[in-house]
Amino acid sequence: MIHGLESIVREHPFFRELPDKHLEFITGCAKNVNFPENHLIFREGDPADEFYFIRQGLVAVELHIPSRGATTLQTVTEGEILGWSWVSPPYRWHFGARTLLSTHALAFDANCLRTKCEEDHDLGYEILKRFVNVISERLDATRFQLLDIYGRGH
Amino acid sequence: MGVATEQPVSESAILDPMVPELFRIARRKDETDDTFTLQLVPADTTRKIAFLPGQFNMLYVFGVGEVPISISGDPAVSSHLEHTTRSVGTVTKAMGLLKSGDMLGIRGPYGSHWPVSEEDGRDIVIVSGGIGLAPLRPVLYHLMAQRARFRKIVLLYGARAPEDILYKRELERWRGKFDLEVQVTVDRAASGWHGNVGVVTPFIARAPFNPSNTIALLCGPEVMMRFAIMELQRRGVPADRIHLSMERNMKCALGYCGHCQFGSTFVCKDGPVFRFDQIASIFGKGEI
Repeated sequence: MIHGLESIVREHPFFRELPDKHLEFITGCAKNVNFPENHLIFREGDPADEFYFIRQGLVAVELHIPSRGATTLQTVTEGEILGWSWVSPPYRWHFGARTLLSTHALAFDANCLRTKCEEDHDLGYEILKRFVNVISERLDATRFQLLDIYGRGH
Repeated sequence: MGVATEQPVSESAILDPMVPELFRIARRKDETDDTFTLQLVPADTTRKIAFLPGQFNMLYVFGVGEVPISISGDPAVSSHLEHTTRSVGTVTKAMGLLKSGDMLGIRGPYGSHWPVSEEDGRDIVIVSGGIGLAPLRPVLYHLMAQRARFRKIVLLYGARAPEDILYKRELERWRGKFDLEVQVTVDRAASGWHGNVGVVTPFIARAPFNPSNTIALLCGPEVMMRFAIMELQRRGVPADRIHLSMERNMKCALGYCGHCQFGSTFVCKDGPVFRFDQIASIFGKGEI
């Protein structure tokens, strides 16, 4: 089972070029999870104690707006990472996440990984480098969405 | 009927390129709340329509003015033209008020075209945003009609919101085909939308195509194209296989007036479709 997870983790571009010892540790923090459609994976404000690598399915990152209800800010799909609130204090989800389709993912124990990153700064740097990319991509996407580039006059 | 291999020139364009021909609106379809498609038939019933995917016409609303609009219909159809237009300025707003049976003046077709006729055996990646799907629709018709000549065909389309998605029925039909990958995303959506939300460019990293044997066709807001090109190049698609449709203030459509000058080129005459490596040094620059 662990061997299966390790090969999944090893083959994912997010973990590419990580040394074996780090891959082994990360795999030890991972487990397979399946969520049915319309399942709330995490709720805004709850402790961010996991993050996910989506293997199949579609997840909406959403924000609850009074009078408008749940509003989807972005979707995360196959091959993408869901959740980076676990990286920075206060380690609580900034937004909620709900499946739009039945979703299969790897869930990583963020507490376990955070503790290990504090102990092993090489691992911490490798993980942080990768999450900076995720955060940077999300920031770019958010800027485009704010620009409303498909709106009138563009 | 296949796509012509040489740039067609209408009879009136030969006689006087500034004189429009009369066309009648045969059908009008609202695509979204501000975007409509006109099906136009020539008043001269002997006139056959011929154009290449990517070309545009100058559409003249009598008493109001003239605007360049890409041709969005099927290049294999010679009986009528289709133009999808968004109501944003004086002329297009006036055009949006026209009904079936009303007349328009048309000059064209003008400009360069998507290079698909020469790209047998390649993967085709189409990246479009907003109204930018309209100039790419003729190429999609062409690709689907000539499907066996190409390998993978991928359409990545971004729109503002679900209600702003163009050609919904056709997208559904194309998406239902096993030999065409269609990914649609929107910038914002209320609950009830079960599709993708976010920008179109991340799809490029995951799309199923072979970068060393791919031709990419882009049309949409320039900022979208800029980042799409970065993603395509990151995957290894060479600059000379990326083509994009540019938009500038085209007036005469013949390279006389200079309104659409883009570096040393004129978008109306040398474009609107450019090979990226030929404009890379000026693309995205604030001042040229």
